[in-house]
Amino acid sequence: MNNILAVSSVVMREMYRRKDFYVLLILTVLITLILGSVNLFNDSNIVRYLKEICLLLIWVSSLVIAITTSARQIPAERESRTIFPLLAKPISRTEVLLGKFLGCWLASGVALVCFYLFFGLISAARESGWPLGSYLQAVTLHWFMLAIVIAIALLGSLVFAAPSSNNTICFVVIAGILLIGRHLHKVAVGMEQPSRGILTVLYFLLPQLGWFDVRERITHNWPPLDAGPFLLALVYALVTASVFLFAASWVFNRKRLQ
Amino acid sequence: MATVINISDLRVEYPSRELGSKTTVAVDGLSLDVQQGQIFGFLGPNGAGKTTTMNVLLGFVEPTAGSATIFGVNVTDKSARQRLGYLPELTYYYKFLTPEELLRFYGKLFRIPKALLEKRIDEILGMVELQEARKRQIKTFSKGMQQRAGLAQALINDPDLLILDEPTSGLDPIGRMKVRQIIQRLKNEGKTILFSSHELGEVETICDRVCIIHRGTLREMGTVQDLVARHQCNLEQVFLRVVGYEGAAPHRPEGVTV
Repeated sequence: MNNILAVSSVVMREMYRRKDFYVLLILTVLITLILGSVNLFNDSNIVRYLKEICLLLIWVSSLVIAITTSARQIPAERESRTIFPLLAKPISRTEVLLGKFLGCWLASGVALVCFYLFFGLISAARESGWPLGSYLQAVTLHWFMLAIVIAIALLGSLVFAAPSSNNTICFVVIAGILLIGRHLHKVAVGMEQPSRGILTVLYFLLPQLGWFDVRERITHNWPPLDAGPFLLALVYALVTASVFLFAASWVFNRKRLQ
Repeated sequence: MATVINISDLRVEYPSRELGSKTTVAVDGLSLDVQQGQIFGFLGPNGAGKTTTMNVLLGFVEPTAGSATIFGVNVTDKSARQRLGYLPELTYYYKFLTPEELLRFYGKLFRIPKALLEKRIDEILGMVELQEARKRQIKTFSKGMQQRAGLAQALINDPDLLILDEPTSGLDPIGRMKVRQIIQRLKNEGKTILFSSHELGEVETICDRVCIIHRGTLREMGTVQDLVARHQCNLEQVFLRVVGYEGAAPHRPEGVTV
């Protein structure tokens, strides 16, 4: 654990010394404040649209931070050759990988807290209530969903050599899963075999990232999820991330470093 | 004297990039010993198999056949790296860290107690003359300073064995002199050093024993004096002759110096 924590602390230090997170946070703040200052159509429910847009920006920003941070970790180590002095120390490749994962996940968590704090301030300014329980649940689910995304991006960074191609592929895959993945089984119903079977299998194979998306509940001030489904989703995230990390470790341990 | 490095009948094959050929042999039947307290020069032209041999010693590459041990421990075991320091060729360290943060990170991987680690960081930064730059990010360093930071990380665990891959490569004369002085100082402290370099004058000055490998096989091994006496010419000419370079000068006549 000592080695994993040491590697993760370097990843976190890298994130707060780079500008990506600050730029995304400032952009989200600016866009939300500009939209918030305009009273479109004299609609009293405009705050819901504002919350929806702000949450969408938070989701996009968090995915950008998580994917770009994790996708560059191992390729950057190889490109700058820091992987060699690192692995010449008493540390295994699996520990390096887990350290990278933990660092990216914690860094994304810190970023999420900042984003959601801003969101909380905006909604508190426009609405009377501040449903802390719902917000905490949303942040937690969002953060655990990022664990899966980070594990996928780390695996991708070991399969695709260039960080840019890995970034693009990860964005396409994650966006695909979020937008289409959750509807695949419904699409499959109206299809003939074998497409129906393939789509159904694909639906069950793909990580169910949609389970972690509770934006509608926040926007409409619905009550939070019950403890059962909430905890099940967290366990599902940990198991799915572990599967991808196991695959990444398998690939990394077989990679010839030259 | 105790044997620090033992390489026995080492063979390393890579998948070939050439059409019609399945494997490329990088190292073939290499056997050598390095004794405690020696500075051992590891020479050979580019592509001779020096870095591959070092990569085997560091556990980055698994041998196809044969074995290698460090302090009697098989190099595939990560504990073999506990008493080892490694300086790779042309490495750019984490540019967002300062040298003291870099050393603290690597020190944690060796589980050095905090107070001892801080003392060690002070000593090493003094030795490599980076005391004044200890709080500056590495991205602001010159090449020579980066190389000295690299040397510092190789020394953080007070290693008994140092593997230095072209430590003076790309440095100006002052940088080379500083690195050479540090190596000399480490020799006086009784460290064992495996040293790869193309600077044969440097090797002649520093090394107790040298070996020359070419196309993956051992061609010559002995003390610098032995080789020079046997071939009746300086180390550079010995090297050129051993690797089959036709332009190598013939025997140097008695009393004539170049």
